[in-house]
Amino acid sequence: MSDDGATLVQIRDLHFSRGSKPIFRGLNIDIPRGKVTTIIGPSGTGKTTLLKMIGGQLKASQGTIHVDGQHVGKLRRAELYELRKRMGMLFQSGALLTDLSVFENVAYPLREHTDLPESLISHLVLMRLHAVGLRGARDLSPSELSGGMARRAALARALVFDPMMIMYDEPFTGQDPISMGVLLELIKTVNEALGLTSLMVSHDLKEALSISDYAVIISEGVVVEAGSPEQLESSESAWVQQFLHGQPDGPVPFQVSAPDYEVDLMGQENGKSAVEAAR
Amino acid sequence: MIGFLQRFGRSWIEKVERLGRATLFLLHMLGALGSLVSRPSLLVKQLYASGVMTLSIVLVSGLFVGMVLALQAYNTLIDFGQENRVGTLVALTLVRELGPVVTGLLFAGRAGSAMTAEIGLMKATEQLSGLEMMAVDPYKRVFAPRFLAGFLALPMLAAMFSAIGVIGGHLIGVDVLGVDASAYWSQMQNATSFYSDVGNGLIKGLVFGFVVSWIAIFEGADCIPTSEGVSSATTRTVVYSSLAILGLDFLLTAVMF
Repeated sequence: MSDDGATLVQIRDLHFSRGSKPIFRGLNIDIPRGKVTTIIGPSGTGKTTLLKMIGGQLKASQGTIHVDGQHVGKLRRAELYELRKRMGMLFQSGALLTDLSVFENVAYPLREHTDLPESLISHLVLMRLHAVGLRGARDLSPSELSGGMARRAALARALVFDPMMIMYDEPFTGQDPISMGVLLELIKTVNEALGLTSLMVSHDLKEALSISDYAVIISEGVVVEAGSPEQLESSESAWVQQFLHGQPDGPVPFQVSAPDYEVDLMGQENGKSAVEAAR
Repeated sequence: MIGFLQRFGRSWIEKVERLGRATLFLLHMLGALGSLVSRPSLLVKQLYASGVMTLSIVLVSGLFVGMVLALQAYNTLIDFGQENRVGTLVALTLVRELGPVVTGLLFAGRAGSAMTAEIGLMKATEQLSGLEMMAVDPYKRVFAPRFLAGFLALPMLAAMFSAIGVIGGHLIGVDVLGVDASAYWSQMQNATSFYSDVGNGLIKGLVFGFVVSWIAIFEGADCIPTSEGVSSATTRTVVYSSLAILGLDFLLTAVMF
C-alpha cells in the first residue's frame, strides 16, 4: 500500500455480504491520521459492520483494509490482538462487563495487559472516569447506569489504554443535552491532546459534523461523497443534500424495497399478500 | 417430493456443519485451558457458580432418590428374605448409574442452562465483541474457565449425590423399616468395589461434565444474539445435554459393567 503516513486506515475495493445481501460493493475510504472522521449513511448501510471489519472481527470477502500499514485480514491472531491493543472501540450498547463494577470495567484492560501497581491503576482509572464525569459512579454496577452513562463509562474504558485510534459507534444516542455537549468536547479534546485518530459512526449529523475534520457518506455499499463538512454542505448532489438536511423527499428511499403499495393492500383482501403472491 | 428432499438434505447439511463448528470450538477451547494456570481465580469463581450453587438441589435430590431406592428395594427383597441387601442395591444403583446420570441431568438444567444464557446474553450485549476489541481472548477468559469448572464440578457433585443417597437409604432402610444397621453397611462394603464401581461412576461423571459444559458453552457462543435466540439456545442446551447423558450412559455402562 502507498502509506504516506497521513492515512491511518486505508480501505480498498471492500466487498462484504450478509447471506445473500450485499453490504459493501467496492468501498474505498482513506481515514486521515490525527483527525476526527465521521461515517454517515442511512440505517442498514453497514456502518457498524465497517467498524467491526476495521477491528478485524469480520473478514472481507474481497478487498483490503490496512490499519497503520498492517493488512487486517491477513494478520495472525496474536498480531491482530497486538493491533487491537492500540485501537479503542466504543460500542453502541457500551458493552460493559456486567459482573464488574464501573471502576473494574475501566481497569480491566490495564489488569489484562499490564502489571502496573494497584495505586497507578487506580490513578489512571479515576482520571479517565473524571474526564467522563463518572468518578462518583465508580462503585456502581453497569446495570445501575443509564444508557448514556454506560456509554460514557465505556468511553473511559476505551481511553484507558491510550490507543492510537478510537472508533465510536453512535456515541451520542441517548445522551442528554449536557452530556452530549461534554462528550462532543471530550472527543474533540482527546483527539487533539492525545494525538488520536477518531472514527465515528453517527446519526446525529449536526453534532458529529461540528467536530469532524472529514466525513464520508456511504450508501448501498459504496461511498457517495467524501470531504470536509463544508465541502459536503456545498455539495450539489441531491442525495447528499437530502440526507444532510433530513428531507423526506428525494433520491434516498425511506421505504425498504417492497412491492407496489396498492397491490400489497388490495392483494391482502384476497387473503394473500403481494409479497406472497410475488413468490 | 423434490422439495421435501431438498429441505431434508439442507437440514442435515446444516446439522453436520454445526457439529463441525462445535468441534472446532471445542479444540480452540481446550487449547485455551493452559491460560488458567496464570489465572486460577477465574476457575474458582466458575466452580462456585456452577458447582457450589448446584449443590443444594443435588443434595436434596440425592437424599430422596436414596430414600425411594431403599423403600423399593426393601419391598421387593423382603419377599425373598434378603432385606439385608438393601444397602448393596442402594449403593450400587447410586454409584454406578443414578449418581452420575441424575446429577448430570440436574447439572444441565441448573448450571448448563445458566452458562448458555449468560454467554448468549454476553454475545447479545456485545460484551464478547467488547472483550475481543480489548485484545482479550474470550476463549481464555470466558469459555475455558466455565468449561473446566463444569468438567470438574460434575463428578464431585455426583459423588456427593451418591453419598447422601446412601445416607437416605440408611434413613429409610435401617431407621424406619428396621434393616440391621451393620448388615446394611457390611453388605454394601462387600458388594461395592472401589475401582470398578466408584471409579467407573467417577469416569461417567467426568464424561458427562465434559459433554454438558461443551454443549452449554457452545450453544451460548453460537446462539443468534436476540432474546429469542438466547431462549432457544438455552432450551437446546437442556435437551441435547439430557439426551447426550442418557445415550452416553448406555454406551459407558455397556463397556464398563
